[in-house]
Amino acid sequence: MDKTVNQKAWFLVLPVFLVVAFSAILPLMTVVNYSMQDTFGNNQFFWNGVGWFKELLDPSTDLGERFFASLWRNLFFSAVILAIEVPLGIVVALSMPRQGWSVAACLVILALPLLIPWNVVGTIWQIFGRPDIGLLGYALNSIGINYNYVSNDFDAWATVIVMDVWHWTSLVALLCYAGLKSIPEAYYQAAQIDGASRWAVFTAIQLPKMNRVLLIAVLLRFMDSFMIYTEPFVVTGGGPGNSTTFISIELVKIALGQFDLGKAAALSLVYNLIIIIVCWIFYTVMTNAGTERRPDKGVA
Amino acid sequence: MHSIPGRRLILSLFLIFLLLPIYWLVNMSFKTNGEIVSTMTLWPHQPTIAHYVRIFTDESWYSGYINSLKYVVINTVISISVALPAAYAFSRYRFLGDKHLFFWLLSNRMAPAAVYALPFFNLYSAIDLFDTPWAVALAHCIFNVPLAVWILEGFVSGVPREIDETAFLDGYSFPRFFVKILVPLIASGIGVAAFFCFMFSWVELLLARTLTSVNAKPIAAVMTRTVSAAGMDWGLLAAAGVLTIIPGALVIWFVRNYIARGFALGRV
Repeated sequence: MDKTVNQKAWFLVLPVFLVVAFSAILPLMTVVNYSMQDTFGNNQFFWNGVGWFKELLDPSTDLGERFFASLWRNLFFSAVILAIEVPLGIVVALSMPRQGWSVAACLVILALPLLIPWNVVGTIWQIFGRPDIGLLGYALNSIGINYNYVSNDFDAWATVIVMDVWHWTSLVALLCYAGLKSIPEAYYQAAQIDGASRWAVFTAIQLPKMNRVLLIAVLLRFMDSFMIYTEPFVVTGGGPGNSTTFISIELVKIALGQFDLGKAAALSLVYNLIIIIVCWIFYTVMTNAGTERRPDKGVA
Repeated sequence: MHSIPGRRLILSLFLIFLLLPIYWLVNMSFKTNGEIVSTMTLWPHQPTIAHYVRIFTDESWYSGYINSLKYVVINTVISISVALPAAYAFSRYRFLGDKHLFFWLLSNRMAPAAVYALPFFNLYSAIDLFDTPWAVALAHCIFNVPLAVWILEGFVSGVPREIDETAFLDGYSFPRFFVKILVPLIASGIGVAAFFCFMFSWVELLLARTLTSVNAKPIAAVMTRTVSAAGMDWGLLAAAGVLTIIPGALVIWFVRNYIARGFALGRV
């Protein structure tokens, strides 16, 4: 059924518009303002035009080098965690019990990591991974692996990635589980009559039904990993050296650490632009998938 | 639902993987600092609740929890009350710029907090809200309001339109229809949306820390103080961490039957 055109609906949307505009547009204007100016302290500002942007996008300058280094690092991180969390989440969703009290118990345990404040997630892994007092660090070292996330780049990366898998795979699993639950039993019966293999059931019934939720999962996971800050900051502080300095960490360093407002603002805008573009791509794909699927959407 | 071979084993391993680090935190919180540093023990050999006692008796500690809860609750109330009418509008009507507006909202859910930390600091200092729970509550609206609209829109769309039409034919005014009929029908959706607002506001630290200094300092920021001259107070840090997990665990128990659908944002 088509929606009716009604311009008065704007009145219903107005409160949301005002609240979000207050929180989004006003601060963003400050950022735009800063990005075009230079300051030498004392609240004196000088017009700098697109100077900061030129510096930012030129990898031969210090700022540009730091930006691109953290950008590639962050993209690599997002790619790795997506490659682990999506398949693992699907497998976990497929392994969920069918009914009984164990379903509720599993759901609650799965959701638990999602509800822990991000700095506490960092703290948990900081403690868990320490070679002297942490179970993981202690166990790895006692079986002969020289593991130390404070001094070794690879160990720091591994810790941050395992931490993210621990923290967020449940989100993918819960989304997939929701998608799987919406498949009517009749589909499986039909597959059984046709003598479909387990794999065929997965690719022909379960995967297509999980399409939409998987898209949401990938979108949320990509975005959140692309702006990850607190967890790696608590565990590694961006180190050793700069090896786990992701874009947000770099940005906060420049903005609140060095108080280089112009540079930070230029970086913020480019960062935001990347996010909006990626978001737009996902949104378009998602709404298209939605319209194709409209007819059977009513089963909710 | 048809399952895969070896599912019990896979699921058990995964759940153990999830619980082990949490267990370690709980374990540490009941140990004395001496025991933590000197020996590796799988459970506390000299269990102590000293760390918890200290948190509950020291005002600078427990006020952190109260501050956090304050802005989380304010944020949840604001988010849900502005998002409800908007969700209805997006679900039922087409209007000028509706798709763009929806996308713009969504893009704010994805905006990195690091970008907003500094401008928010300037903005809320300028309007004298800095270091109050209101500043953090309003700042968190930037990602919670879009999320609430998104979730609620999915749930409102699940309500057949005939119900609206019948209500209006019966002479219900719009506000009365909204409160008496629509809200009860999507009560579970409102619960799920509130849960998500609570959760995302509770777990966020960067903005909460930037926008507060003394009076409204959230627990997450208080926790960074456990480094002292005598070294890290690991036991205290662990105890504070355990206490931050509890509100989430309580809330999730109430919405456990809706978790799956809620995480799909009402869209399954």
